[in-house]
Amino acid sequence: MSAVQARPLTGEKLIVVPYRKVSASAVATNVVLILLGCFFLLPMLWMVFASIDSNPDWAIKIPSPTIANFTDVLGRADALSSFRSSLILAGTTTVVTTVLALLSAYPLSRMHIPFKRSFMLLILFASGLPVSMLVVPVYQMYVYLGWLDSLYTTALFLAASSLPFAIWLMKNFIDAVPVELEHAAAIDGASTFRILREVVLPLTVPGIAVTAIYTFINAWGAFIIPFVLTYSPDNQPGPVEIYNFMGSHGLFKFGDLAVFSLLFSVPVIVLYLFMSRYFSGAFNFGGAVK
Amino acid sequence: MAVAGTLGPRLDRERFQWSSLLMLAPGSVLLLVLFLGPVLYALYIGFTNLALVGSRSRDYSFTGLENVTRMLGDYVFIKSSWLTILFVVGSAIVGQSVLGMLLAILLRNAVVPIRAVVGSVVIVAWVLPEITVALIWYAFSQAGGTLSILLGHTSSNYLVLVPMLIVSLANLWRNVAFSMLVFSAGLRNLPSEVLEAAEVEGASVFRRYRLVILPLLRPTIVTNLLLVTILNLSEFTLIYAMTQGGPGIETTTLPIYVYQEAFVFHQLGYGTAISLVLVLIGAFFSLLFVRASRSQV
Repeated sequence: MSAVQARPLTGEKLIVVPYRKVSASAVATNVVLILLGCFFLLPMLWMVFASIDSNPDWAIKIPSPTIANFTDVLGRADALSSFRSSLILAGTTTVVTTVLALLSAYPLSRMHIPFKRSFMLLILFASGLPVSMLVVPVYQMYVYLGWLDSLYTTALFLAASSLPFAIWLMKNFIDAVPVELEHAAAIDGASTFRILREVVLPLTVPGIAVTAIYTFINAWGAFIIPFVLTYSPDNQPGPVEIYNFMGSHGLFKFGDLAVFSLLFSVPVIVLYLFMSRYFSGAFNFGGAVK
Repeated sequence: MAVAGTLGPRLDRERFQWSSLLMLAPGSVLLLVLFLGPVLYALYIGFTNLALVGSRSRDYSFTGLENVTRMLGDYVFIKSSWLTILFVVGSAIVGQSVLGMLLAILLRNAVVPIRAVVGSVVIVAWVLPEITVALIWYAFSQAGGTLSILLGHTSSNYLVLVPMLIVSLANLWRNVAFSMLVFSAGLRNLPSEVLEAAEVEGASVFRRYRLVILPLLRPTIVTNLLLVTILNLSEFTLIYAMTQGGPGIETTTLPIYVYQEAFVFHQLGYGTAISLVLVLIGAFFSLLFVRASRSQV
């Protein structure tokens, strides 16, 4: 009790203040956090250690270092082709979603449109629907359209399912850009599209980047939709390939599997770090880490 | 008013511009074809006996409420619904929210290096692709895996012994960062005067959280619970990659049952009907979420 009361008040952020004495609750807090941290770290460490171990097992252990697993995976045509597929799938999804979200969000933020508020509520509602579960009717639609087994048509469905949230996100970013600049450009006689291209676009770059990165991270990890809508081995993105490897007991070595999923995870971690470092104000996520 | 009529349209109010429709068109077309389209199409084939292969794949017919009555008598569907509730309530609503809140509170009070490291590790677990999480938790829970060594039973495969518990833990492990970040932001935005007042009045830490902080965080908690429910309801990848719904049907939640009915047992119609149940439940929670955040629109 008294130890707690002696602590300085910390309303906004925790400020490091030299403790006169280390209180029991402060010790407990940090010990519990270290234990929780181990619970999160241990499963991850297995992947890192197994990837450089010449004889890995299911359990985490000190590796006998080798780079053979990495050279193995980088020499596999199926592993490389799944990276290519993931890039096409996630790249196409991201471009389509971001461009359409920007085009839709601008008038929703700036212009007078009848029933605008209802439309935004509908968009918010749509972004909460479990769209991936509609993969069964979409499969049947794609059979009729002859769209099965193409990364581009698969990306279109991924784009449609991520669009509502992307519009929502983008509109909030555009709302934050001062409207006066556009009024000035309009008074000078610039057309709507010119205002969008030369005034709004440069000011909305953080919003566009966050929307694009968010969409890319989701599409990069998407599993059930490409799993159902594509079938030829060349069109399998990373997650489906890793799933197939997990099922082929013995055909794929632990070490290779660890390397493959490690390499597949690196891009999204890098993108997330980039996003949280440069645009932390946009999400307020930084404070939890820093 | 009469004056306004002679002077033309009012200029002090924004007018409707046709170019706005032009900009809304591409997104709306995509949403109509590949979002609303599948919803409406699901509403149709969910009430048919469409099959993936065989004669019923071409020559299918409208069967009215047959799929609904079939569901009510389907042991797997009932068990699957129960498992879905267990998963969403246990792993997401209780596990993720409670651990997320605990982490947010502890991180706030921890020393800086520990806060930075533990916070980052939890967030990395969240950013990792789901399939990676499925693989590392598969490895973690195998016989001879790290978990079996920690618990001292190296011959026990926990993914077979307690499959639902393991997939729930893996899901909690992956998603807790979301709730942690939501609650951290909520705690940061609390009015400091109120907290100071409570502290000056001599309220204990426990009382401060119970009587002051948690009530102030109520809107954040409600938002978190709704979002977490929506996000976990359709969880497929993690469970499917770890267990394919097994052993037996021990981890066959509704999303996995949808996939199996449609693409393993070839019952596209019945599978769609089950997916409609999921979409309806999702729609209900999404509606609650829209109501809760209506003031922000």
